[in-house]
Amino acid sequence: MEAMIALVIGVLTTGGVFLSLRGTTFPVVLGLTLLSYAVNLFLFIMGRLAIGVPPVINAAAESYTDPLPQALVLTAIVISFGMTAFVIVLALKARSELGNDHVDGLHHGEDSHR
Amino acid sequence: MTSFAHLPILPVLLPLLSGIVLLALRNQSLTLQRSVSLLAAMALIPLAITLTQTASDGTHLVYALGNWVAPFGIVLVVDRLAAWMLLTTSLLAVFALLYAIRGGDTEGRHFHVLFQLQLFGLNGAFLTGDLFNLFVFFEILLLASYGLLLHGGGRNRVKAGLHFVVINLIGSTLFLFAVGTLYGVTGTLNMADLAVKLAQTSPENLPLVQSAGLLLFAVFALKAALLPLYLWLPAAYAHTSAPVAALFAIMTKGGAYSILRVYSLMFGDAAGPVANLLDAWLAPLALITLVLGMLGVLASSTLKQQAAYLVVASIGMLLLAFGLGTVDSVAAGLYYLPHSTFAAAALFLLADAISRARGSLSDHLESGPIMQNARVLGGLFFIVAVANAGLPPLSGFLGKFMLLKAAIESPLMVWVWSVVLATGLASMIALARSGSLLFYRTHGSHDSASQTPPTSAALAPIVGLLALIVGLVIWAGPLSTYATDTAEQLLAPQRYIDAVLGIAQ
Repeated sequence: MEAMIALVIGVLTTGGVFLSLRGTTFPVVLGLTLLSYAVNLFLFIMGRLAIGVPPVINAAAESYTDPLPQALVLTAIVISFGMTAFVIVLALKARSELGNDHVDGLHHGEDSHR
Repeated sequence: MTSFAHLPILPVLLPLLSGIVLLALRNQSLTLQRSVSLLAAMALIPLAITLTQTASDGTHLVYALGNWVAPFGIVLVVDRLAAWMLLTTSLLAVFALLYAIRGGDTEGRHFHVLFQLQLFGLNGAFLTGDLFNLFVFFEILLLASYGLLLHGGGRNRVKAGLHFVVINLIGSTLFLFAVGTLYGVTGTLNMADLAVKLAQTSPENLPLVQSAGLLLFAVFALKAALLPLYLWLPAAYAHTSAPVAALFAIMTKGGAYSILRVYSLMFGDAAGPVANLLDAWLAPLALITLVLGMLGVLASSTLKQQAAYLVVASIGMLLLAFGLGTVDSVAAGLYYLPHSTFAAAALFLLADAISRARGSLSDHLESGPIMQNARVLGGLFFIVAVANAGLPPLSGFLGKFMLLKAAIESPLMVWVWSVVLATGLASMIALARSGSLLFYRTHGSHDSASQTPPTSAALAPIVGLLALIVGLVIWAGPLSTYATDTAEQLLAPQRYIDAVLGIAQ
């Protein structure tokens, strides 16, 4: 289980880093989204993996899982959601202002590095 | 609790509430919005002064949010450093706002809301005693700064804004990875508690804690614009509107503040296996940043770009002082911090006034027609340039002098002295060249169609910022004593830890 989660986070991060290094805004936005998924998952499992144990005090419980990472990850999700929405709108605005979707806003004819 | 006990939360609550009120007033008259915004910003000054007075005897005011005791709840902590940052921010904000309400605030929507939220984020970041809460406040100030940076729109702003947003989003992701790792190892997010737990790091967790610590440094270095993560700054600051750039002068200092706070508290001398984690990195990187920033100042083609590179150079100077890590050098940095903030802000505002007075040539460093009111503008430019180059009699010289004196016993002494003195000379040459191009090598006559001579309302905030710098010289004695006390307090973090965790006992 740990190995699988670690692999998932690793793959998400790799994909995120690769995509955010691309030259056009759409892959960059996707890359940022993947990175935020990776970090949310990472935060979530920082309370260690546990199945079927309660997070709050319960008379019948033998052990507990850590409730704090869930609160942290909720905050992080809300923030990354808002930021993603913002960066999408900004990318659209850049597309209309600069006339193309290159991150450096190249003029037509010289954007051969895509 | 007495009402006095709620004082630490007010610098956070006030901008948030006034931001919300301003949002509700968005369809009301502009005068009303401006008055509310200005009043809210001005109200922060007496608050910050009261907090500074309270903190000046060395007390730590600890405010447990929702009365959840540390380390379980989030605490706000006012110590000398936090109060010092609050005071600098509130003074800067009023003058930036005074410049903005002459008309810059109508270029786009919600300027005042975003401005107040930016103050909310800044004040929160300076006050919080919780690492995750620091992340949240950073996000608040960044989101507000994205809006402010793009305020007014235009090609260059959007392009610079896109880079700024993307690089900061990646920074936020790294911040979360670092915080997550620290939480996974120690099980706490309270900075005082983290300091205790990190000092007891077991050998098998050491690589994890060290990598998280250095990852945090990368994030703060990005916010502070330290080499090699400063590339976003010149374009972003040079292309945004003047009052926003002036306010942003404190934003990079937020990164410097975080470096000082986290690495003196959590990775300081007393941190056992992770003690002095940054020693090998901070001072050398700061030296190179100072050199490269000054090369940028020399090579700039517009005055705003020059101001932006001066911000990079001042961050180099500041982090050099923090990086040397002695009481005297940190005190020098803390004295230099408000000076460099006010000086950079004054230069951004003046560059805007000059570019308006020059019409179509804007702030390009080329010879152009004679400006109206050139004597007033030139006189102000001279004083602002003296402040930015760190020449006597203004406070930049005192800050540099304190730093040079503190560096005498450091192993890096040769480097510090040669780099600080050489970059001082370089900034003097660059600013003298800009001044002579703008004011002396003029030709032709007035092109009154596009030239707008500066009004006294536009120049008043610049004069105000310069008056603050003069104030830093006049009260240099008490202020440098305060800075030294702050540095002593920071380098002996046990009292901070006791004050925060003492609540739990």
